Amino acid sequence: MTHSVSLKMTIAALALSVAAGEAMADKASGTLYAGFTKELENVDSYFNSSREGVVMQRAIWDGLIYRDPITNEYKGNLAESWTWVDDTTLEFKLRQGITFHNGEPFNADDVVYTVNFVADESNGVKTQRNVNWMKSAEKIDDYTVRIYLKEKFPAAIEFLSGPVSIYPNEYYAEVGPSGMGLKPVGTGPYKAVEVVPGQHFVLEKNENYHDSPKGQPSIEKVDIRTIPDVNTQIAELFSGSLDLIWQVPADQAQKLEQMGQFTVANESTMRVGYISMDAAGRSSMDPNPFTDVRVRKAVNYAIDRQAIVDNLLKGKSILVNTPCFPSQFGCVQDVTVYDYNPEKAKALLAEAGYPDGFETDLYAYRNRDYAEAVISFLGEVGIKVNLKYMQYSAIRELNMKGEVPFNFSTWGSYSINDASAMVSQFFKLGSLDDARDEGVAADLATADTSTDPATRIEYYTKALQRITDQAYWVPLFSYNTNYVFKTDVDYTPTPDEVLRFTTMSWK
Amino acid sequence: MFQFILKRLGLAILVAFTVSFISFSLLFLAGDPAAALAGETASGEDIEALRHLYGFDRPMMVQYGDWLFSALRGDFGESYYFKLPVAGLIFDRLSITMTLGVCGIAFALLTAVPLGVAAAIRPNSLIDRIALFLSVAGQALPSFWFGLILVVVFSIKLGWLPPSGTATWRHFIMPTIVLGYYAMPAIMRLTRAGMLEVLSSDYIRTARAKGAPEMRVMFKHALRNAIIPVVSLAAVQMGFMLGGSIVVESIFALHGAGYLAWESIGRNDLPTVQALILIFAMFYIVFTFLADVLNAWLDPRMRSS
Repeated sequence: MTHSVSLKMTIAALALSVAAGEAMADKASGTLYAGFTKELENVDSYFNSSREGVVMQRAIWDGLIYRDPITNEYKGNLAESWTWVDDTTLEFKLRQGITFHNGEPFNADDVVYTVNFVADESNGVKTQRNVNWMKSAEKIDDYTVRIYLKEKFPAAIEFLSGPVSIYPNEYYAEVGPSGMGLKPVGTGPYKAVEVVPGQHFVLEKNENYHDSPKGQPSIEKVDIRTIPDVNTQIAELFSGSLDLIWQVPADQAQKLEQMGQFTVANESTMRVGYISMDAAGRSSMDPNPFTDVRVRKAVNYAIDRQAIVDNLLKGKSILVNTPCFPSQFGCVQDVTVYDYNPEKAKALLAEAGYPDGFETDLYAYRNRDYAEAVISFLGEVGIKVNLKYMQYSAIRELNMKGEVPFNFSTWGSYSINDASAMVSQFFKLGSLDDARDEGVAADLATADTSTDPATRIEYYTKALQRITDQAYWVPLFSYNTNYVFKTDVDYTPTPDEVLRFTTMSWK
Repeated sequence: MFQFILKRLGLAILVAFTVSFISFSLLFLAGDPAAALAGETASGEDIEALRHLYGFDRPMMVQYGDWLFSALRGDFGESYYFKLPVAGLIFDRLSITMTLGVCGIAFALLTAVPLGVAAAIRPNSLIDRIALFLSVAGQALPSFWFGLILVVVFSIKLGWLPPSGTATWRHFIMPTIVLGYYAMPAIMRLTRAGMLEVLSSDYIRTARAKGAPEMRVMFKHALRNAIIPVVSLAAVQMGFMLGGSIVVESIFALHGAGYLAWESIGRNDLPTVQALILIFAMFYIVFTFLADVLNAWLDPRMRSS
């Protein structure tokens, strides 16, 4: 609370001092200075799991395939073309004449080495889900390569266009992940020329960048500094030593926009906020009201999601009615929707035997203000909720043991545009599955592994309809991100929450 | 004196050992490093695999013994988060924190002691009032707020100082003031109180009576005695600054050891947190020890005890 008050006061103070501020970082210097909030553990994209890591990955490396963030169309990047040999074998024709930043030529050996390295669990790739569907890779000739899957996995193309980037085999074999983290080498539009862990990264335009669907980089140099405090980032922006910041909280972005000195762009992200309920009765809560579908529906009816979006999230956030993001393949929207209706909620609670409501704990790890809004809405229908605000990993651990009755959480799907990246993560009887609905799990298993898109849609529809009918979750809303940059920077953010330096230019 | 030092050293080792054991047990209870390591997109099986890979499924005493054995040989292990040796990681950042800590305590002492002395010489005068105001303000201003005000005034309005970073000495000016200002009030009040007490004592009256110059009375006779508790306090403050400059480091994007500790706790990065706790504890121990030696030098009576 005091923190958010202080943020507002700072903004007010900053607003008063707009007058001054000479520009140091600008078009004339040719270098774009950007600020990151979080420190990256390792620039090697297989060994970090943060958003900032994805940004660096897209700048320094390339994947075999590229997905256009606007049209969602798949295009060849390092690969010229690809075909499914059978359900579990993909064959790629590689583009010729590409070299890595260190001069190493790109060919089939690089793909084979990278895939075999990351697919081997003992090498400890941080986000196993990104790579553990691949079994191995095999070189057919210098520019033809096959990737073998462990089992049928229709989202393979999506993953290959996202987190799977190709590393130079000779260099990677020599330096390993820690060397790659300090001196990254890829084929991407930007070369990493300086990495000072925890402080800053300097990227330089790759003059020899191949004819990639990512487009040619325009900005000469990008210097990214890690500045943990948002207020300090804004101060740097005002003092002229930063050109671009992102992930700016809504209230601050709004004030910055009103000043008219900077461009403030807002874009939706794939991150979905939701509340899960212990429908399977795994927790020690006794009696457990959440095992009753009427109570779960009442909770859905009781929360005015639109009010939370309008007043707290703002920007391009939308209401989400499914346990997946609407743009994801298979995330059909033909489901049961619960509009805000506190009277109906009270009636359902009374019917379920809780005319005076009940008491429970809500676990939450971020956005305390959103959680508190939810709690006050529930309070109005008689459900008394205590907030347990904890670290993400601590809640996750409890949740895996089935000890979290009521959980406000979020999921970003790692920007993978396929419903399997979200709904299948939570409803396939895994340790985080609080519904434990075998029918849903079976439908999802079919949908996840079928190679026929129509079959996938059919089974995702079944699963999502059942989940929403049973009100296992309260899907809430999507998150948005605010990008604030100097007016001489030209940039249009994309809805996948990836900052792309390649598409930035000076006006 | 030698025996005294030996005794103190033995005690210091015991304290360090206890601190490391308690912090290890607390961290062990606090969370699951495997879940933090795996990141938010990991599945339950991923976490289970990591837990086994890193040996988190072994009993706590075994894990502690392992850590202690390596730590005694100077090997603090590898950070779970950065995948780099903890020793190197901390070494890089400690230089920033130490620079900041030394500058901060120097700033605090150089402003607080003269102000305290001046306030004691003329109690209830204007200078005493100013000193009182400064100390009340210093206690009341949260450092994140004070830091931001300095940034607004000196970086944005006047454009004299860079808002954040560590590139030049000018980057350290504002953090030093913020950190030092926080420690200043206590030192000043203690100097003032000590001086007032000493100044009303008999030997000062004697010194004045025998015609010693006022400056000599003040600094050779009075301050030397009044400063003894200040030395002890400054030592504790110094330890606090080195371990507790988290807020300042965060505001000014300094990336020092304090901020690393704070972040590492959130990440469940046990080896880093363990090593940092041990190092911070060692700071307290070393500074208290140095303060004792300095006090023994200032006050011969202490040498015999």
